[in-house]
Amino acid sequence: MEQLIEDLKGQIIKALKLEDVKPEDINTDAPLFGEGLGLDSIDALELIVLMEKEYGIRVENASAAKSIFTSVRTMADYIAKNKK
Amino acid sequence: MVATRLCWLEKFDRMHYIKSHIRITNGTFFKDGKKVNSYSDNSEDFAQVIRAFYKEMDISYPAFYKMDNLSKLGFCAAELLLKDISWQETMNENELGVILANSSSCLDTDEAYFATICNKEAYFPSPAVFVYTLPNIVIGEICIRHKIKGENMFFIQPEFDPEFMVSYIDNLLNSCTLKGCIGGWVEFYRDNYDAFMYFASRENAKGDYPVHNLENIKKLYTTHGAIN
Amino acid sequence: MTNRVLITGMGMISSIGMNVEECYASLLSRQSGTDKARILTTVHRDTYPVSEVKLTDDELSKQAGLSQDRPYTRTTLLGMIAAKEAFEHAGLHQLERLRTGMVSGTSVGGMGKTELNYLDYLQIENPELLSMYIDTHDCGDSTQTIADTLGCNDYVTTISTACSSAANAIMLGARLIKNGLLDRVLVGGVDSLTRFTLNGFNTLMILDKEHCKPFDGERCGLNLGEAAGFIVLESEAAAREGNRKIYGQLTGYANTNDAYHQTASSPEGNGAFLAMKKALEKAGIQPDDVDYINVHGTGTPNNDLSEGRAMERLFAGKIPPFSSTKSYTGHTLGAAGGIEAVISLLSINHQIIFPNLNFTNKMPELNCEPVTETDTSVAVKTVLSNSFGFGGNNTSLVFSAS
Repeated sequence: MEQLIEDLKGQIIKALKLEDVKPEDINTDAPLFGEGLGLDSIDALELIVLMEKEYGIRVENASAAKSIFTSVRTMADYIAKNKK
Repeated sequence: MVATRLCWLEKFDRMHYIKSHIRITNGTFFKDGKKVNSYSDNSEDFAQVIRAFYKEMDISYPAFYKMDNLSKLGFCAAELLLKDISWQETMNENELGVILANSSSCLDTDEAYFATICNKEAYFPSPAVFVYTLPNIVIGEICIRHKIKGENMFFIQPEFDPEFMVSYIDNLLNSCTLKGCIGGWVEFYRDNYDAFMYFASRENAKGDYPVHNLENIKKLYTTHGAIN
Repeated sequence: MTNRVLITGMGMISSIGMNVEECYASLLSRQSGTDKARILTTVHRDTYPVSEVKLTDDELSKQAGLSQDRPYTRTTLLGMIAAKEAFEHAGLHQLERLRTGMVSGTSVGGMGKTELNYLDYLQIENPELLSMYIDTHDCGDSTQTIADTLGCNDYVTTISTACSSAANAIMLGARLIKNGLLDRVLVGGVDSLTRFTLNGFNTLMILDKEHCKPFDGERCGLNLGEAAGFIVLESEAAAREGNRKIYGQLTGYANTNDAYHQTASSPEGNGAFLAMKKALEKAGIQPDDVDYINVHGTGTPNNDLSEGRAMERLFAGKIPPFSSTKSYTGHTLGAAGGIEAVISLLSINHQIIFPNLNFTNKMPELNCEPVTETDTSVAVKTVLSNSFGFGGNNTSLVFSAS
């Protein structure tokens, strides 16, 4: 799980073009949206693409996305449960 | 194209002035005729040039990295243009507009988006890229950054048309639609980039701003920012 | 002689009709043009309904009276049909030519042909046959082709500001007339459906899998459409020639930037509020004077709330009757402002307010709801038409009876 979390942070940085952010800057349990990384609705959509591209998981709609993308940890938990 | 000469200028008494102007071309950044940055070693590598310039501006605006090349170019042009000119002291956010044009529209980004959908084996359309497949998003980025809410327009024309730009902006200023206007040409396609941007308004407190007219805009555009 | 900008002709082709008369008949009979894609080949055919013009490119060529030996994109074909209708409706083909120009709005340009041919062009041995489409790709090509064919080319330009493109083209046309630079100008916009656009909007998750429900509490997105809509603007002096009917006047216009997000509107609808307010000020009228609002009303959760809040603020709770005709035509992007200008003029000329289809539930955040039945009881003299584009580009136009 720890490796998944580390990989995920790197993938998020790359997918969302957070060029001034390093994986160690991202708190695993901090909210991804709102404060902190300053992600917006388009970033949420790109995370949906990331889930499919890297893990073969299809997130069907925006409301499902909200709970999955709460933090890096909730994303990792979801991936661990649903990865194809 | 047969185009009627749009010589609106002689109809109006009121003079407008160019408070500031910038040019970005061949890895070099000019403001008001002076070279402010130069990345001549990598002038053809736009990504490196614009990233280096962004870092030197030292403004911490993470959204910059998400922009497409056209928006990065326009954003940096506006950042340089609006630096130290304190436009908010003489007009409010509804009174400043942005009028830009180019010839390639957002074709560079269209290609980038197309690359995410053309391979059936790796079909991952990117929403973040799609957002930029409209040429006026660069204006949106400039307006979000500087909180500009006045009239804004993006034209597609075969080449920079100073006569059109001067006429259009003079009309907006004369009709009191706006008190100030950013005008210019922001062109990007496959690492070929060219940005020319200026700030026109009625202000000429010190009496040394060049007049906003066809001759001066032409000169500023063709001499890389230096008025001789 | 006043400085009025008069409208002497209209042309429209969309999913609800091949000309203005057919479109009007569909509006009256509540006939939406939204359906499964039949012309566009797309993997989303069974998922997202679209509002297509129900003719193939070959059929459009015949309709437009264009020969098959030149490359015409679907955008050019649609635009040519509507532009020609407007041109002839205004009787310009029978009058002595004055200074006549064209301003058109589009977002896709020739993308429809490019996305079909681009990869093949790179791979096949003899690409010459496909190379003829290269020049037709860019946004300005359809405008120039149409302007040259009709003889409206004393001044030609193309505006590309997403969903407000055609409305902005109309605004520029008015200014060209008012400043005495042109006597007549063909203005509006055109967009054709492409996989590029459909895929793109799909990634933004703002498409409805059913027919869109503008301003409805359960709305969930838009339906993409294609269309072309043009009107002819003339100066008062030019309009007097030839004993022709005047269909209305363009009395107000304004454009603002929302300065909030690349694709979403501010929750308070600031850009929309300002655009509508300034357009009314330009027209010299009060909010009370507006008889009907043809709203932007795409059916997305974001736009309709933003636009609704802006209207409630501007009209201080006394909002005039309003409806979104995108419930008929879909969202036609660069053409929207053009076809909705035609619809606004039909409203004035027939004294009719068209309904907002598919509305059932009032939005909980708003006090207002759209008109749901065709209404001929209201005297329609002044119509406000909204077109709000990505990039925060917001335009409102005011059309008035002449």
